Amino acid sequence: MNIKHLCGSVAVAAMLAGPALAEVPESDDTIRIMTGDWTSISMQGEIMSLILQTVGYNTELVVADDSGRYPGFENGDLHIAMETWQTTQMQNLEKSVATGNVLDMGETGLQGVEDWWYPSYMKDRCPGLPDWEALKACAEVFSTADTAPKGRYVGGPLSWGDHDERMIAALDLPFEVVHPGTDAAMFAELKSAYDREAPIVLWVWQPHWVTSVYDGEYVQFPQFENECFTDASWGPNPDATYDCGKPYGWIKKMAWAGGEEVWPCAYEIVRNYNMDNATISALLVEIDLNGRSSTEVATEWLMANDATWKEWASCAM
Amino acid sequence: MTLETTSASAPTARPLPRSLVACIALALLSILTLLGPVWLSVVPAWLQFPIAPALSEWLNWAVREATIGGVAMQDLTRQLASLFDIVIDSTVVVLSKGIFTGRGLNVTQAVPPLSWLAIAGTLIIVGYRLGGRPLAISLAVATSFLVFFGLWENAMVTLASVLVSVILAMIIGLALGIWSYRSQNVENITRGVMNVMQTVPIFSYLVPTLLLFGYGPSAALVATVIYALPPMVHNTVLALKSVPTEITECGTMMGCKPRQLLWQVQLPAALGKLAVGMNQAIMMTLNMVIIASMIGAGGLGFDVLTALRKLDIGSGLEAGMGIVALAIILDRTSQAAAHRIAHGRHREPGQRPLWQLVGAWLVMATVLALLIKPLQALPQAWEISTAGFWNGAVTWINQNLFDYLEGFRNFALLVVMRPFDDFLAAAPWTLIIGSVAALAYVLAGLRLTLYVTGMAMFIVLTGYWGPAMSSVYLITISVTMAVLIGYPIGFWLSSRERAQGPANFVLDTMQTLPTLVYLLPAVMLFRIGDVSAVIAVTLYAIAPAVRYAMVGMAQVPHARLEAAQIAGCKPWQTLLWVRLPAALPTLLIGINQTIMMAFSMLIIAALVGTKDLGQQVLIALNRSLVGEGIIAGLCVAALALIADGLLKAGAARASTHSPRGTSA
Repeated sequence: MNIKHLCGSVAVAAMLAGPALAEVPESDDTIRIMTGDWTSISMQGEIMSLILQTVGYNTELVVADDSGRYPGFENGDLHIAMETWQTTQMQNLEKSVATGNVLDMGETGLQGVEDWWYPSYMKDRCPGLPDWEALKACAEVFSTADTAPKGRYVGGPLSWGDHDERMIAALDLPFEVVHPGTDAAMFAELKSAYDREAPIVLWVWQPHWVTSVYDGEYVQFPQFENECFTDASWGPNPDATYDCGKPYGWIKKMAWAGGEEVWPCAYEIVRNYNMDNATISALLVEIDLNGRSSTEVATEWLMANDATWKEWASCAM
Repeated sequence: MTLETTSASAPTARPLPRSLVACIALALLSILTLLGPVWLSVVPAWLQFPIAPALSEWLNWAVREATIGGVAMQDLTRQLASLFDIVIDSTVVVLSKGIFTGRGLNVTQAVPPLSWLAIAGTLIIVGYRLGGRPLAISLAVATSFLVFFGLWENAMVTLASVLVSVILAMIIGLALGIWSYRSQNVENITRGVMNVMQTVPIFSYLVPTLLLFGYGPSAALVATVIYALPPMVHNTVLALKSVPTEITECGTMMGCKPRQLLWQVQLPAALGKLAVGMNQAIMMTLNMVIIASMIGAGGLGFDVLTALRKLDIGSGLEAGMGIVALAIILDRTSQAAAHRIAHGRHREPGQRPLWQLVGAWLVMATVLALLIKPLQALPQAWEISTAGFWNGAVTWINQNLFDYLEGFRNFALLVVMRPFDDFLAAAPWTLIIGSVAALAYVLAGLRLTLYVTGMAMFIVLTGYWGPAMSSVYLITISVTMAVLIGYPIGFWLSSRERAQGPANFVLDTMQTLPTLVYLLPAVMLFRIGDVSAVIAVTLYAIAPAVRYAMVGMAQVPHARLEAAQIAGCKPWQTLLWVRLPAALPTLLIGINQTIMMAFSMLIIAALVGTKDLGQQVLIALNRSLVGEGIIAGLCVAALALIADGLLKAGAARASTHSPRGTSA
């Protein structure tokens, strides 16, 4: 609700002047939409908030931790989240839905991608990339004094519960995993290495601004199939599970179950909401690279895609 | 105080037997560990009792279903939360947001908030009245920084929640302090509870707080108050105890009732020392701004977080300096107010009452702001930013100096840190506890021995021995560095009055600038891992080291310095043989405070990837493991309390052993 938002909104209000959109909402209770500390969820939350407000609901954006959100949803403190990633949150979501207090609101249409990633200049120094077997030969290129002769791989925070150590063992890669405590530290190392064109390989996910700013690509591991995690004989190592890359995954919306009766139309709008990676990535660049506020970018998207969001919100028209 | 000294000096009349006993016990234990079963060296599984899951279950029940007198606890806390929300929200409306009508794309602002001109002007007017021109100038600089760097709106959101937290912490702290002052039993209990509260990392009780108070500003408020309360309580008790008995007796003779005695005699007389507590409460509240913004407090803390996530270190630094500016505004104004009340200076004849001046200014500024838009909110085009410069500087250092820094990192890591870490990890747990216990016995006798052994066994039994040793390693290295850097600076500053003003500003900045702001550049230059963590903790812990070194040196009696001068001591001789021994007790307390600060930073250091207790707390928070978070947090507190007990005993011994004369 800053001044920029205000100016934008006034302009929009003038353009949209004409028939009032707002039907009376089922309830004046405030719908609390979760926002997080990464850009895409705050932007998608902002878009949903603007849509719901425009059709007459009261909304509020509330900051919550990615994994710490579940008690809030089960209690009814938080009502809607626009992003729940299969890659890191699938088990938490399933557990939470099983309590009966939380609803799976369907996929957003976005696909989460995450795996080992390196800057393009490493291709010259480690011939054979992006194929994963190249890493065996040039582990030393990626090493530092404290890991030598093994390579240094910057993984995700410990609490994200990845299985890089198991994958390294299964694929017999001469690498050591270094865990940061937060994603910001991860990308600080990337920026440092990239500015010096120094060797680095780390965990990167998408949609994320990093892949728009830095030139690089993913290591091609044996492609994930469900059997990889359960059946040892699958994949290049006949005696081990986890001998493959990470799964690609859905990004889902979730909601507090109790809200279905309070704001049925709002819940329908959330279920109808659908985006794709390309659209979201373009919006992320506007925010992360061009330094605009997510409110401003969301407002702009709504103005440009009037028909799309009005179709989602047909129950309020 | 006098009682303590006599009881402490009585047993030291025969110091030899005690250290002898400790040595023999330790030697026996070493032999036993070497020859005895393995479980004496490595904590065995049967000695670990994972009570965390049970605690999680109990807490979940307590939070969701427990009732007090038929009313669900959660209902009570939620009522309280909505009360807090009303207070914070209305402050935010007045200071930052104004009133809106309409929704979504149709929103319009019906009433603007107070303009920056009105608020900044009010602060400067009040500052001028309280502290004269110097204070007015500081406030003008701080507020213009916020305005011109485009931080005003969010700074006011932060100000609103900080104001409410500080006031709440002050009221509760004062009440608890007065209660403790009046009853020794209460004091014993509150002191224990406050010591634990001060050292348990805030992340470990964040999840229960969220469950009780809901997501949003009020949960952040409660967590902040819990964190900022202990220094207020401690200092209230200290302040009341320091009121000279003559004053209290005089009050009694005048026929004061107890209430009158407290409010009209003792508290005003104690105000100077109460101001210290207030200062600490303000500083600690501002320390929490980042963490509070992670759970919904918004404001400048959130600006810092979002900027750093984009690796926009310059903008993060600017928003961080905004927090420092707020700290300076609050601290300097409240100190001046306390000083003024303590010295009983009232309005001079002919001066207008302050409220009239402020009222007139608010009306005038609001009218002006309505007429001239930039006075309400500065246009974006007029804002300044130095972010580009800072980002460029970090990149330049990275590109040009990285190799040297990498050499330093490798040396520190491979030659100093790894070996020490490995040593602590491999050393038999019984021997480590035995050594600590022996030290406690030598310093203060059986009671302290039992106390520290109990604390250490808590860590062993709950199964956190490994991570705890990792914390000990990080803390030891950081505190050693902080003391080695901070004490000489403090010694140097103590004799240079002119340098102390700027030095205090730098120290305030180091204590209130969010650590994350320099943590990320540290990661860029020293990579993820322990070196970056140690640098962050050290930088944060230097400030108390410098402060205590200054205080310690200032306390050295002038007569002794003159005697040394007459005796022909060179400066280094004076320092070594006169100043240091006289300041030793204060210096030891300073190390103690430095350690406490370092412990409170562990949780932030965990963000760059340590494997210590802080990381355990962080993981527990991220996975919503209520019990694990609290147990790991209590282990941090146990470590801190062991260090605290040993150093306080050491300081007490040093002050009784303090040499009367010097060898010069």
